[in-house]
Amino acid sequence: MWHNWSVRIGGGALIVLVAIALAAPWLGTVDPTLFDAASRDLRPGETGEISTLEGDQLKHRFLMGSDSFGRDIYSRVLYGTRVSLIVGLAAALVALTFGVLCGLSAGYLRWLDGPLMRVMDGIMAIPAILIAIAVVALWRASLPSVVIAIAIPEIPRVTRLVRSLVLTIREEPYVEAAIALGTPTAKIMFGHILPNTMAPLLVQGTYICAFAILLEAILSFLGVGLPPEIPTWGNIMAEGRVQFVAYPHNVFFPGVFLAVTVLAVNMFGDGLRDTLDPKMAKRL
Amino acid sequence: MVAVLVFLLLRLTPGDPAAIMAGDAASTEQIERIRAGLGLDKPIVVQFGIWLGKVLSGDLGESFYFRIKVTTLIAQRLEPTFALAALTILMAVMVSIPLGVLAAWRYGGWFDRALMGFSVLGFSIPVFVLAYLLIWLVSLKLGWLPVQGYHRLADGVLPFIEHLILPATTLSVIYIALIARVTRASVLEALGEDYIRTARAKGLPEARVLIRHALANAAVPIATVIGIGIAILIGGVVVTESVYAIPGLGRLTVDAVLARDFPTIQGVILFFSLITVAINLLIDLSYVFLDPRIRY
Repeated sequence: MWHNWSVRIGGGALIVLVAIALAAPWLGTVDPTLFDAASRDLRPGETGEISTLEGDQLKHRFLMGSDSFGRDIYSRVLYGTRVSLIVGLAAALVALTFGVLCGLSAGYLRWLDGPLMRVMDGIMAIPAILIAIAVVALWRASLPSVVIAIAIPEIPRVTRLVRSLVLTIREEPYVEAAIALGTPTAKIMFGHILPNTMAPLLVQGTYICAFAILLEAILSFLGVGLPPEIPTWGNIMAEGRVQFVAYPHNVFFPGVFLAVTVLAVNMFGDGLRDTLDPKMAKRL
Repeated sequence: MVAVLVFLLLRLTPGDPAAIMAGDAASTEQIERIRAGLGLDKPIVVQFGIWLGKVLSGDLGESFYFRIKVTTLIAQRLEPTFALAALTILMAVMVSIPLGVLAAWRYGGWFDRALMGFSVLGFSIPVFVLAYLLIWLVSLKLGWLPVQGYHRLADGVLPFIEHLILPATTLSVIYIALIARVTRASVLEALGEDYIRTARAKGLPEARVLIRHALANAAVPIATVIGIGIAILIGGVVVTESVYAIPGLGRLTVDAVLARDFPTIQGVILFFSLITVAINLLIDLSYVFLDPRIRY
């Protein structure tokens, strides 16, 4: 797997990003919620002051400048890495879990196939971003609700993938043997069929992760995502867009981080697909 | 089915529209009164029946926020969105199909690899980041095009096009990435067929082999992916219209969500979903022309 260049580059970039997310407090950052009226709209690299919660004045170099509240963009972008990675991973897990459950049921239990797949077709007819916006609009925007909102439109895609895999696997001799031996249906589904769907699921999971990171940023950017005090890349850009003409760095730095992260996850996924599933690689 | 889902999506989520409308200071009785006024006190099946009946007769209800009919609201905002989407699709198809064919023709060469690299990049770069990058470069640094806004077609063709070029370019990048990839893959598959060898052996010019023989046989997957892309396009419209301050349906969606305007959210989502389904149906039907072997 490590011989593949996409996996190497994408995986390497992801490791760096995870390290940044974990080590954010020790990378010369300040608390991302701190602000100082005296240090508003600084250009990248300028030095200014920032007051801590205890009321002390700290000298601080604003590597990526500051926003219109006088908050440090560098600290906010670094802490934003945490939010993005958590949302991406969590949304992928939620979508995979529900998608696997639905896909296994639809593929193996014949009576459920029709109704379940019609519901999935219905969800797929609504553009993903609209489902997400509608769900967050109705729930109070918080980390769990944003994750679920992003995962829902992905569930049908996973379901269809798992179902199509199950339909071939269920005809395999070892499944027939298990049925002949009187193995309980649940055990056949989870013990015999599920493990054989893992490779494509892993690949699908990385794509969902990339999409989720992108969608979270879009929701935040539009002002319907996580509350504005949480430092996410989308929120930083939403705050900076008003004065984009004068201070492009507010949008530029989080944008670069976002693009690089999504690119890294996508490359990692492409590489995984090429090594785990050579048949699929030829098709696209 | 879509109608049922759109309805359930907005009704089964915890969060009581009546309580939200009434505000935090309202008493339980006030909330009850608003709920009865909206018909929310009836059983869910009855509510759905009433709503569906109205939708089928073309009535999407009245917007809480704008105080006009949702259908009127959608009609008002349709032109900018339609213009943006049409220009985007036009640009994307005109750019991506030749690129995809060229990449397949020179499979494995530098052009092919560059295009595949671009396509991964196109999938990864967020629409709004790209939008700001283009505004910064083309409008602010070079001063070629206006930064934001929208001009109606009726107010003159030139400003109309001028204001649409940047948004449409932004939006078409991901679409180009998608279509070019599929075009390349399916043309590549067609190029491996025996009839291509026959065509070349007959001494046909290479361009004719590529277009008349390879591309024509690759048309069905390309049409399919254009349809799949519609959903992505609609998502992109919501974002792009916000960045470029275009008063279209995408902006309306965001405004409605921020104002918690449920009838409008419901109406817009239903409308977008119907468009998606309708376009995909049209594309399914177009297979008959693209591939004479397919009959319905």
